[in-house]
Amino acid sequence: MKRFFQLFLIVAALSVIPFIGNAQCKNFAKKAKIELLPFIHDGIYNATVLSEGETAELYKTFYSGQQYRIAVVAEADMPKVEFKIMDAKRKVLYTNKEKDFAKTWDFTLESSQQLIIAIQVQTVEQLQSDIAKGCIAVLIGFMNEEDKIQK
Amino acid sequence: MIIRLLTLKNLQYVMFVGIASLLFSCSNETTTEGDDKQGNTEDLETDFKIFKAKQIMYSLPSPIETAMLLKRAGAQYNEEILNKLENINKYTTNKQMALNLGVYSADLSYASLYDQNQTSIKYMAASKKLADKLGILSAIDQSIINRLENNVNNRDSIMEIISETFMNSNSYLKDNNRSQTAAIILAGGWLEGLYISSQLIKSTKNPKELTSRIIDQRISLGTLINMLEHENKIPNEDITTLLKDLGDIKAIFDLIKVSNEDIDPVVTKGDKIAKIQGKTEISYKDEDIKKLVAKIEDFRNSIIK
Repeated sequence: MKRFFQLFLIVAALSVIPFIGNAQCKNFAKKAKIELLPFIHDGIYNATVLSEGETAELYKTFYSGQQYRIAVVAEADMPKVEFKIMDAKRKVLYTNKEKDFAKTWDFTLESSQQLIIAIQVQTVEQLQSDIAKGCIAVLIGFMNEEDKIQK
Repeated sequence: MIIRLLTLKNLQYVMFVGIASLLFSCSNETTTEGDDKQGNTEDLETDFKIFKAKQIMYSLPSPIETAMLLKRAGAQYNEEILNKLENINKYTTNKQMALNLGVYSADLSYASLYDQNQTSIKYMAASKKLADKLGILSAIDQSIINRLENNVNNRDSIMEIISETFMNSNSYLKDNNRSQTAAIILAGGWLEGLYISSQLIKSTKNPKELTSRIIDQRISLGTLINMLEHENKIPNEDITTLLKDLGDIKAIFDLIKVSNEDIDPVVTKGDKIAKIQGKTEISYKDEDIKKLVAKIEDFRNSIIK
């Protein structure tokens, strides 16, 4: 019985690992919002834990006439992160790989459409004992045009 | 003592349960190459073959973004169309509370963008009450309401505070394996934004721009349906009924003819900011818009009652 209880404690401890990771991700995403300034964060939490080589995609509608900033921010000890902006047919409109893996991209649209933000953590060429893994936040900001005009 | 306990047999068991729990925590957020109906990922292929799972995220326009779009489209402020604060006591089920937290968040965003400071504070308090009832701990605490009161004359700060509370809510829910509830809140917020727009075209002198914004929401509706279907992989009755109602709205949106979407968008670099070009032509009958407005009104009123 005692051994079972000890085993239960270990399993329980292992089970909370993902939640600890998630909580760290939330705090990281909050800090990463600084990359959006002076754009206003849309308030949607898009952050996830990825390992090197892993990919994620975010689907979002962007509206014509609005100025947007997309920021893809990874934790400091992570490899570089590539992000591509694609239209609904997966035509690549932008890749930060051509901009030295810039964290942000500002743009506007002539007509409203769904875009796909595809992110991939680059692999590390040197042989390492541990696989790099960490939080990546995808943040969307928009410009408060009215205030910009007033200022 | 712990090391002694980890005999090989126990270690295998512990590792199995641990890995299973890790996988379960991510299961409703990942898809494999094979079941990826959104498209292929050949552009993103790497020589890293162990992890083939790709995480998919859906993002809807937040209430604050929707309110901004409304204002840019020339909409006026009308407090009469907001969900009444006294309705809050009617919401007792998880679905009612979640949908109406989204509704009140959208009303709060709309009021704040039109400098309705006292209304904004009241709707923030209502949102806090529903967030508390949903067990979203510390998403909106008293310090946030105090900050809102202290920044009533600074719209950027108010928008930042609202954005922060929204992020607190959806991150708390996602981190606590309650992403289904987070999705329902987003659905409520999206619907209220659509409802406000659809009510305002009745009183706007030149409703063309606003109508165009409503029609744009057909794209977000597709994202919302995809997101809810994704969440409904673990069947949830609340989401199933929501999907049915949203399907009815989609059927009316589908009556609107949208052409020239086949034009490949081209990115042009202006003086400061890139522009994704590509025109979309939309044609619709007024009666279809009336039908859409009526359907949205019915659905929204069924949520707030």
